[in-house]
Amino acid sequence: MSDFNSGSLTASNIHLAFGNNKVLRGIDLHVPQGTTASVIGPSGSGKSTLLRVMNRLIEPDQGDIQLDGRSVLQDNPDELRRRIGMVFQQFNLFPHKTVVDNVSLALHKIKKLPKDQARAKAMEQLELVGLAHKADARPGNLSGGQQQRVAIARALAMEPEVMFFDEATSALDPELVKGVLALMTDLAKGGMTMVVVTHEMGFSRNVSDTVTFMDAGVVVETGSPDQLFSEPKTERLKGFLSDVL
Amino acid sequence: MDAFQQFLKTFFDWQAMGEVIPSMLTVGLPNTLILAISSGILGSLLGLVLAIMGISRNPIPRWIARIYTDILRGLPAILVIVIIGIGLGPILRQTMGITNPFPLGIFALTLMAAAYMGEIFRSGIQSVDKGQLEASRALGFSYGSAMLLVVIPQGIRRVLPALVNQLIHLIKDSSLIYMLGLLASQREIYRVGNDAAANSGNMSPLIAAGLLYLCMTIPLTHLVNFIDKRMREGRAPKIEPDEAAAVVGKGA
Repeated sequence: MSDFNSGSLTASNIHLAFGNNKVLRGIDLHVPQGTTASVIGPSGSGKSTLLRVMNRLIEPDQGDIQLDGRSVLQDNPDELRRRIGMVFQQFNLFPHKTVVDNVSLALHKIKKLPKDQARAKAMEQLELVGLAHKADARPGNLSGGQQQRVAIARALAMEPEVMFFDEATSALDPELVKGVLALMTDLAKGGMTMVVVTHEMGFSRNVSDTVTFMDAGVVVETGSPDQLFSEPKTERLKGFLSDVL
Repeated sequence: MDAFQQFLKTFFDWQAMGEVIPSMLTVGLPNTLILAISSGILGSLLGLVLAIMGISRNPIPRWIARIYTDILRGLPAILVIVIIGIGLGPILRQTMGITNPFPLGIFALTLMAAAYMGEIFRSGIQSVDKGQLEASRALGFSYGSAMLLVVIPQGIRRVLPALVNQLIHLIKDSSLIYMLGLLASQREIYRVGNDAAANSGNMSPLIAAGLLYLCMTIPLTHLVNFIDKRMREGRAPKIEPDEAAAVVGKGA
């Protein structure tokens, strides 16, 4: 049973360079519908850039991106991004708007819902992340964990087919990480297709269906969490795991 | 003692001040405010357009904004006012039958204010965190809507103190309009004071004018400081501990 109208996502042979700096060198990533793929690896390995290429915040130099088996590179990128929700390390809530307006803005302006309906739908989403009582507060008056949950609600309100999480808990104080991870776990169990770039090895191991280890712009190893965490094949992954675990 | 009496008589002749104050309040003050506020509003609008041109991804509007700003900021105010106010007068008379130089004074002040305000807006908009644009675009907003709905409103808020500063400049610079040869009813504060000083050979009316300017500018300066402090420190923040974990799809 799925709570979401989620889709599958496939990136194939993605290349990207900034000048002479080859950031992504032939990345393949397949995320079947309703599954969670976590992407791990050292800083600067290109994980966050990969997310931005897959929703075309950055256009790839080469390669293909498919949503539900259809290439999206010819589509209007704004329309593609409406189908993919994204959550950022720094939350990036709009500080000049109230919590509920953060969630309803795109519903009203992009999905063209009338203001009252957009607000009602935003309230529903806030209810789901447990923050309906903060609807009229400003993001600046919320804790980091609360802000990140609002950011998740903002992305979910657009009814995306896939959710991206870019180190969603890295900027949080340790005691606030749990609430956000619990929410992400619920989403994964609810059948959302998710790509999670993370340093939370516990989440990666326990929640995700596949784990992909990236280093220096290439996928070094990919497989089930058990495979990667219990029987890493490459020296690079062994080294990385011994550094972070 | 004579010198001191002379000093008081020249600068603080209460009678001369008293005589000029009514016309200063009924004629000078409204005109100064009309000049400063209208050119402030028009200058902000034009300045905002310049700022948006200045951050455009297209180099042509960017260059137009740059050249405009460099010229209008680089010239003395009196020169712009005279060139526009006196130079454009005959053209306006011929084309539209307008003989009143007062709107031209507002126009000249607006052009200069726009150059400064454009730079203020631009720096404010560019200081907004890049994550704001990225998050808006990730939601599916076009570049234009993301700038208009999310980035620019935040940029403008940030520069409110600098904009009030600009209003203070306009209140002071509006005095330069006296160069344009206005009707008696169009005189602003300085001109009212200056005329009275010229008639009586006494500086006191100008001291009265100065005091009137200070009555406007000093409170505004403190308003700037207040807004600035409020924005830096915010109201006392109210951060509560994180509530229990969220409940999406619980039991799934």
